[in-house]
Order: sequence, then structure tokens, then C-alpha cells
Amino acid sequence: MHAHRRAATYSTGLFVVLLATIVASAGIGSVDVPPAHVAAALVNQIAIPTSFGVTTSAIGVPFVDATLPMPTPTVGFYEPFSLAVASTDETIVVDIRLPRVLLAATVGCGLAAAGTVMQGLFRNPLADPSIIGVSTGAAVGAVAVITLPVFAAWLLEPMAFLMGLLTAFGVYWIATQNGRTPVATLLLAGVAVQALLGAATSYLLITSGDSMEKVVFWLMGNLHAAQWPDLRYTLPIVLLGTLALWAFAADLNVLVLGEEDAHHLGVEVERTKRILLGLATVVTAAGVAVAGVIGFVGLIVPHVLRLLVGPDHRVLLPTSALAGGAFLVAADAISRTTPEAIPVGIVTAVAGGPFFLYLLREREVHGL
Amino acid sequence: MTAPESGEDDHEAVDTPSNSSLSPAIDVEGIEASFGEESVLDGVDATVEPGELVGLVGPNGAGKTTLLRTISGALTPESGTVRVASDDEERRLEDVQALSSAASSRRIAVVPQTTTLSFSFSVRQLVEMGRHPHRSRFQAPSAEDRDLVDAAMERTRTARFADRSIEDVSGGERQRILLARAIAQDAPVLLLDEPTANLDLHHAVETMTLARELAETDGAAALAAIHDLELAARFCDRILVLAGGEIVANGAPEAVLERDVLAAAFDARIAVEPSPIDGGVTVRALDDPEIDHRVHVVGGGEPAAAAIGRLGEAGADLSLGPVPEGDRAVSTATAFDGTTVTTARFGGVDAATRERATELAADADVVLLAAERIGGDGDPWLDVIDATDAPVVRLTDATVGAAGPDADADSENSSGDEAPPWLGRAPTTDLDSLPGAVDAIAGKSGDSGEWCGEAESADESQESDALADATLADGGVDDGEEDGR
Repeated sequence: MHAHRRAATYSTGLFVVLLATIVASAGIGSVDVPPAHVAAALVNQIAIPTSFGVTTSAIGVPFVDATLPMPTPTVGFYEPFSLAVASTDETIVVDIRLPRVLLAATVGCGLAAAGTVMQGLFRNPLADPSIIGVSTGAAVGAVAVITLPVFAAWLLEPMAFLMGLLTAFGVYWIATQNGRTPVATLLLAGVAVQALLGAATSYLLITSGDSMEKVVFWLMGNLHAAQWPDLRYTLPIVLLGTLALWAFAADLNVLVLGEEDAHHLGVEVERTKRILLGLATVVTAAGVAVAGVIGFVGLIVPHVLRLLVGPDHRVLLPTSALAGGAFLVAADAISRTTPEAIPVGIVTAVAGGPFFLYLLREREVHGL
Repeated sequence: MTAPESGEDDHEAVDTPSNSSLSPAIDVEGIEASFGEESVLDGVDATVEPGELVGLVGPNGAGKTTLLRTISGALTPESGTVRVASDDEERRLEDVQALSSAASSRRIAVVPQTTTLSFSFSVRQLVEMGRHPHRSRFQAPSAEDRDLVDAAMERTRTARFADRSIEDVSGGERQRILLARAIAQDAPVLLLDEPTANLDLHHAVETMTLARELAETDGAAALAAIHDLELAARFCDRILVLAGGEIVANGAPEAVLERDVLAAAFDARIAVEPSPIDGGVTVRALDDPEIDHRVHVVGGGEPAAAAIGRLGEAGADLSLGPVPEGDRAVSTATAFDGTTVTTARFGGVDAATRERATELAADADVVLLAAERIGGDGDPWLDVIDATDAPVVRLTDATVGAAGPDADADSENSSGDEAPPWLGRAPTTDLDSLPGAVDAIAGKSGDSGEWCGEAESADESQESDALADATLADGGVDDGEEDGR
């Protein structure tokens, strides 16, 4: 079957799985909502933009006795469905659970997509989304905001995001010489910087006093605090970033053969590497900033999908992303239903590890 | 260097009428490259025409791969330019460094020596990657792409395992798959880095045949770094010898694969012999010389050829004759740069020829009699030996007179009547102890009387396998028989 058809078929299938997982997960919790009600509540949210307009309001200019016209776009929506659902159910599903479930789906997608790209780029089965230090950097930023009183609490996500990007850029900069960035150097620089920043996080952690529990929970996955605003930036960044990565899937296939081969097959090696590293880093940082450090999704999901759909990134990347989303939604559902509300990072490791080991034995996988 | 006219001239052959109006597809000018302090390429000039398969030979570390990488644009030279023809009708030459990867990969296809195969792509997927330079990011493979991929796999006979994982194919198959990828790339320039390095003889011949076909039929300008000189001679239109960072020879194989050229390039003693099997050559690298004596060989046929081979490998300065032209021994002597005195195949030996042979024999430190049989009185070989004062050695195979099977060589002088007096005194030796015997007898400077015993001990110390085939020749004469083309 041809790659594009395979990509379409598998992706459609996994998209359905993802939707089903979301519906099931949104029904689970202290109040059980039957899947049909969840689906109805979700369908009721469908809104089709029908009219666009601009209303102009006047705002006062400080210190000057004048007003400025401020145009604001208004969008009229047509909501075609109004299925009968108990309003409490709809509130629970839409306002409380859905942001968390969608955030899990988004972050899972992003981490799995970034992990797939990093494994290909580094030609290394141990590569994961934070191989060049994104998560560790974000962790330092987040932990600093939590523990140090100088930072306002709302700075947590922006700081984590920026520190993640900054760390990745720093590692890239350290590993670059004469316009070339050998992946081996990049990998080692990443390991060293991660060790350094890990020390910083540990220090902040032991001096954190009262906020230690908060720090630990953030470090093990932080989906429980999810609100709709958390999705405002994360969803578009991850979605666009993943699609952009997908556009480079064919280049990534060639790059896997080695950089010189890739050059001979028409890939602008250093530029492509920069783009892929940049996109994967932004996607990872966007996820980690709102959800904390969630391990294993970006490492295991690409491996599992590679076993199932093969190494062609045109197929592997979208399927990994969708599977990563579904996996994290499911893991989060389990995490929510445990009495102690075990952090999702623990669930991903406990669920993903043995499954991967099983595949490893069954399919005799030794490399990528 | 016994270069026929084509040899030296090819260097500036770009504008000669034989190449019509075509400009070269690869034009390399004054390339200098170095790794750190060490200069690898020191002013290399070369051109490759469309439709031409050019072999790039030279010792390890001569910079063959570096030159190929420079031409492909993977390496930026310190100075000099590499220009390659565009893939359209115009065949414009453009500096490869100024081209984007996509543009240069539409012009140049590279068959690498190895490729990373840690991902289990299928064979078809790998070959499809040859179409990557021709596709834009958002474009699905066209029907043309698929046809070219299918055709490339058909030609390289890789189609039947198209769906197998690249990790599950043999080394020879892998090489063919990489070649298929290059064919699918459909570029006017083809660079092959040691395409036969990991292949057995059969697959090496198959690969080279395909490379040759790509040049001849498809009009590609193909440049192949090859370590096997015999394969290079057999398949290439032209050979470039790269040594010490420069092109030291450039021309037709028979002109370039010549003893002195190779000896200088490879810094080794080398024997080059035309191969009777495929019209190519047999090239052998030899050990350091054991002896440095002048030996004149009297005789012909297989025994003389074998004796010359043995002495030549040991380093002796050889002459041969008189001998009918076309004799097996003549080509062997030529391979070792020996002097030969030949006669017409069915004519007698005239006085002048006899005179020249006698002079050579008189000039020698040792005269060796190596013939299956030798006639009686009036035999020119006996006359030549008679006329010289040099000590004589006999090969055990050489019999004298109207020898039948009973005439055992060791029972000297068995048929008696016509045998000259020196023959009885001439010591005998077998092929293996020949160099030692020659060394011993030449050392005695003339007195051959009680030599035999010493030769035995001498040859033990001398016994060594003179053939160092390692880097130069994978297939010797023997291998050649299997690969009839």
C-alpha cells in the first residue's frame, strides 16, 4: 500500500481511537457520566462561525482627556445541536473534565511527535523529546517560580516554556562549530546540560520548604490543574508544530540514512536539522510548560508505533502523535481514578514500560 | 611508460573532435583539500565526459574518497572549483558549491560505500528515496516517480525482494539497492565510492557491468573509485591514478595500468601482465626484492614462464631469448620488465637474433635453462649457452636430446651423445628453490662445481611467498576464469 494511503488509513483509525478515548475518559470520575451523554454534551459544543463583525468601543487614554476607538471583532456562531443532556452532566464534562482531557490529548500528541522526530534525527533509540534539555530547562523555570517568592504565580507556564526553549537553544549553540552541529555532540551536550540543570532543580527542591509537594507533583506530571485557558496557547502550538513536523517527514526519512547520504539526496542537512530541532523543541516546551514533566510518552509511543507501522515517518509521525494523545488521555483517566490521584507520569511509566518490554521480546527489536 | 597516443592526450582531450561538441559533465580544476595539517588533495584536475566510465585508482589514503566527496559537494575544497553539468538539455556547467543540496542532487547521484541502516526501511522505500530531490515537500510520488523506481529495481535485479527489510539483505544485494537508488535519482553524473569493495568476484563484475551500462546506454558521466585495478582495467574507458594528492596518470587502462606508473603511484614493486582471459590485465604487487642478479633465461613455454615469474618476484633483473614471439614466457618477462629477444613464430633463429641473445646471456650473472626439452646440436638455445661464460643452472624439468618419458632430468646426460660438456656440471634446482640457487651460484661468481649442497640450505632461508596480493589484486589469473563476461 502506498505511503500516503497508509498514512491516511492508519491516522483515521487512530483518530477514532483518540476520540473514543476522550469520550470514555471524560465520563470517568467521581460522578460517572455515560459515554452517550458525554458524546451528546460534546456534540452540543459544536459551533460553526456564521457571521463576522466589528464593534467599536471607545477607551479612555490615561492622563489625557481623550478616547480612542477600539475595534473588536465579533463572531456569530451557529450551534446546530442542542441534544438533551442533564445540565450538571454537561457542566461536569465540558467545564471540568474536558480541559484536562483535551490537554492530555494535546500534550500526548506533542510529546510523541517530538519523540519520533528526535529518535530519527539522532538515529538513537534512546532519544526522547527532551534529549536536548527542554524538559529539564522547563523544570528549572517552573520550580523556580514555585519556590522563589520573587516570581508571581502566573509566571509559571511562561517561565517554564521560555526556560525550555532557552536550554535547548543553549545546547544547540554549544554543540555547533563552523556552522555544523554533529548529532553526537548535540546528544552529549544535552546530557551534560541536563545533569547541570537537574542539580539546580534538586537544589531548589530541597530548599523549597512548604512548596515541596507542589514541586514534586509538577515534576511528575501536572494535568490535574488544567483549565480551559491552559489550552489557549498549547493546543495551537502543538497542532501547528506537529503538522509542520509532518511536512518534513520525507526529509527525516532521508536524514535517517546519515547526513552525507541525505545531502546527496537533496536534503539541506544543517537547515533541516535546525528546523526539526526547533519545531520539536517548541512543541515539547509548550506541552511541558502546562503539564509538567511527563516521561515515557515521547520515548515509548514512537517505538511501539514503529513496530506497528514501520519506519516511514510520513506514516509514523501522524500515527505516533495520535497514539500518544490517546495514550496520555487513558493514562490520565487512570491517574484520576486512583484514590491518591497518582501523578500521570507514574501511570505512563507503569503502563508503558511493561508493554514495551513485551513488544521488545515478541518482535525481537534491537534497534530503531 | 609505453603509452599509446590516447594515454597522454586525454588530459586535454576535452576539445578534440572525437568528443564532438559535448562539454564534460564533471570538470574539476585545481582542487586542494586537507584534513587539519595534512594535505590530501594538492591541485587535482580532471574531467569526465558524458557516456564515460572513469576509474579512479590509487593507494589507500591517496584521497580518492576525498575527491569524490569534493565533487559531490559534501566537502568544500580549500581552493579550486568543481563544476557539474545541469540535468537539462543545455548541460550548463555550474560550481557545485554554489548549488543547493536539492539542485546538486538532481545532477549528481552518489553510490556510497556504506550507509546507515539502523532503521528497517524496506528495499523499495530506500530506492524511492532516490526520487527525493525531484519532489517538492507537499507532493505525493507521481506515476513517473514510481515507474523510475520500478525500472531501477528491475535493472539491478532488486525487484524480487522489494518488500524485504533493508536489514535482511546480503552485502551484495545492499550494494545493488544503493545502485538502484542512484539510478532512480536519474542524474547525469554518477559517483561510485568503491562499489565493489564488499563484493565477491561475481557481484563485483555484475556491479561494474551495470555501471558501465549506465555510462554507455544512459549517457551518464560515471566516476568510480576502485581499489581493484583489474576490474578497473576491464570496465573503465579511462583511468585516473591518484597518488600523493595529484593525478599522476590519466588515460586508457592499458596505458595507465603500466608497471612503472603503478610502481611509482603505489610505491611498490608491481608486475602487470596482459590477461589472456578477458583482454584485461593481471596486476600483482610483489615483496621486496630478495636478489638483484642479472639472469638470462634460455627456454620457453610454461617452465620458462614459471621460472621467470619466480625470479621476477624475487627481484631478479631478467632477460629471455631467443624465444618465439607469442610464447607464454614473453608476456611474463614483459610483466617483470625483462628484455626479450624474439623470433618469428615459425621461422628459424637468424644470426642477428642469436647474436643479441648471446650478448644478453654473456652479460648475465647466471644463465638459466628452463625448457621442457631441448634439442641436440644446432639448437639455438644450446648455442647461446655454449657461447657464454656465465654459470648455468638447470630447471629439473629441462631435458636434453630426443627425450622420451624415460629421460629423467635428474639423471643428467642420459641420452648422452649430443649433450655438451657443461651440461653435466650444471647444477639443477626446482622452481621453489630457484631464487636461492641463483643467489648462491651468482655469489660463487662462476665456479659452479660443488654448489649443489649449499643450495639446499640457501633456499630454505629464502623460501617465502613472494606474492603479496593484498591491496592490489583481488582476483589473480586463477580467479579470472570464473568471470567470463
